[in-house]
Amino acid sequence: MKYMLMMTAPRTMWTEYFSWPVEDLKAQVAFMHRFNDELKASGELVSTHGLSGPEETRVVRAGKNGAPEVTDGPFPETKEFLAGFWIIDCESKERAYAIAARASTAPGKGGVPSNMPIEVREVLSKAPVDL
Amino acid sequence: MTPEPAKATGENLLRELAPQVLGAVVRRFGDFSAAEDAVQEALLAAAMQWPREGVPANPRGWLIHVAARRMTDHLRAELARRRREAVAVTEMADEQIVSSPDEAAPERDDTLILLFMCCHPALTRPSAIALTLRAVGGLTTAEIANAFLVPEATMAQRISRAKKSIKTSGVPFRMPLQAERAERLGAVLHVLYLIFNEGYVSSIGPDLQRSDLANEAIRLTRAVHHRLPEDGEVAGLLALMLLTDARRKARTGPDGELIPLTTQDRTLWDREAIAEGVALLKETLSKGSVGAYQLQAAIAAVHDEAARAEDTDWAQILALYGLLERMSDNPMVKLNRAVAVAMVHGPAEGLKLLETVDADPRLAGHYRLDAVRGHLYEMAGDREAAIACYRKAAARTASAPERDYLTAQAARLGAECR
Repeated sequence: MKYMLMMTAPRTMWTEYFSWPVEDLKAQVAFMHRFNDELKASGELVSTHGLSGPEETRVVRAGKNGAPEVTDGPFPETKEFLAGFWIIDCESKERAYAIAARASTAPGKGGVPSNMPIEVREVLSKAPVDL
Repeated sequence: MTPEPAKATGENLLRELAPQVLGAVVRRFGDFSAAEDAVQEALLAAAMQWPREGVPANPRGWLIHVAARRMTDHLRAELARRRREAVAVTEMADEQIVSSPDEAAPERDDTLILLFMCCHPALTRPSAIALTLRAVGGLTTAEIANAFLVPEATMAQRISRAKKSIKTSGVPFRMPLQAERAERLGAVLHVLYLIFNEGYVSSIGPDLQRSDLANEAIRLTRAVHHRLPEDGEVAGLLALMLLTDARRKARTGPDGELIPLTTQDRTLWDREAIAEGVALLKETLSKGSVGAYQLQAAIAAVHDEAARAEDTDWAQILALYGLLERMSDNPMVKLNRAVAVAMVHGPAEGLKLLETVDADPRLAGHYRLDAVRGHLYEMAGDREAAIACYRKAAARTASAPERDYLTAQAARLGAECR
């Protein structure tokens, strides 16, 4: 079963992040590297990416004749932004939760676990069997 | 043992020889993990060379020879790496190492032994599936990765972990002891069933790569049946696969939409596969002991033998689900029986049976429960309740075509209400 694990963060995080002590930043980067390596080694990683911040976010809608209509972000009404995601392929929902919990222990400022929320969504598969 | 039908050519031939070659190499060198890599390399070499230079007179011997050479290279490298005295191996002439390629040896039960190994209970299901497809099915890592829609590196890792589990669990390369034979065979059949499901479930539209998994599962189950012709459950599983796969072309529409059994175009069903499945089933049922796969195959056969949906012998299906329920403690079976009860005794009886399933924690919140309930409410003429159930089920399923189907059901009833 495939799951998408979504790491969300408040908009303020992107600016705060730059004021973290260097060792805290390093600790978090190292943690993410280790975490991704673990998922690779267990044969469960499908893909993972971090995303650029809200300042670079644009919203696109189809305008006249389908031409792109681009609006600048960030958006005052939005509090939480998608910061990055993993797609994993694992044996059970429980395993997906365990992996998400591990991601949530990524160290934040001061090197303590951030316990950030990780949204877990099952990826829709193809048709089931009519046995 | 009778020889397998000589239909194999080209890629088929390679895939059928793969487990026999691997068996011979593991016997000689012991190291399963390295032997498996060596056989993969030999298969690749054959896939490159044979189309150009022709299939050798003794393809099995050729493959064993090439794989054994790779093994020797591997062992030499290993020895060098460990800075041990490599004299013992390097001084051995190649001829000595690869001279007796086991050509005259009977094929023994290597395919079976390998299946027992790859489907060992110590492995996780995804690992067992991946290793079985590679070591017994002769598929490449890239092909397996493609079939499961994961990157090749991820699948390679899964296979290598599976091999490590086998190594640490110390499973010997031989048939399991008689005392545990039945249980271990059960694990093998379950893995083959899962491979079939994976392929069958996703055999939609142009996605031929994945439907090949269903064919692969049928091929491997056929091989097991060939070696254990007296085993009723092996025959039952093969029959179940054939009888289910026979409906492949009819079960999805041009846009990949799900077409339920009752509205499928039955002229699209594969009559040949149905005939083979029914014959297999009849033969095995006449032998006495009945298992869960045989019963599921029997249910599939009743559906397949009805020329029109309304000709379906639901009373017989109901009786078969009753037997199946007594044999396997699976709440899904009860769900299916509820449909059969509704078809025979009316929807009210079916709904009553569903109430007893509600309490089962294994089904709590499962979309299938709401989908069946919606269907029975619709049969009973309670459109509002049916719509609510279909919507609930649509929101919960993790299958895109099923979600679309359930949403359409709710929309259709909603339009009728207005």
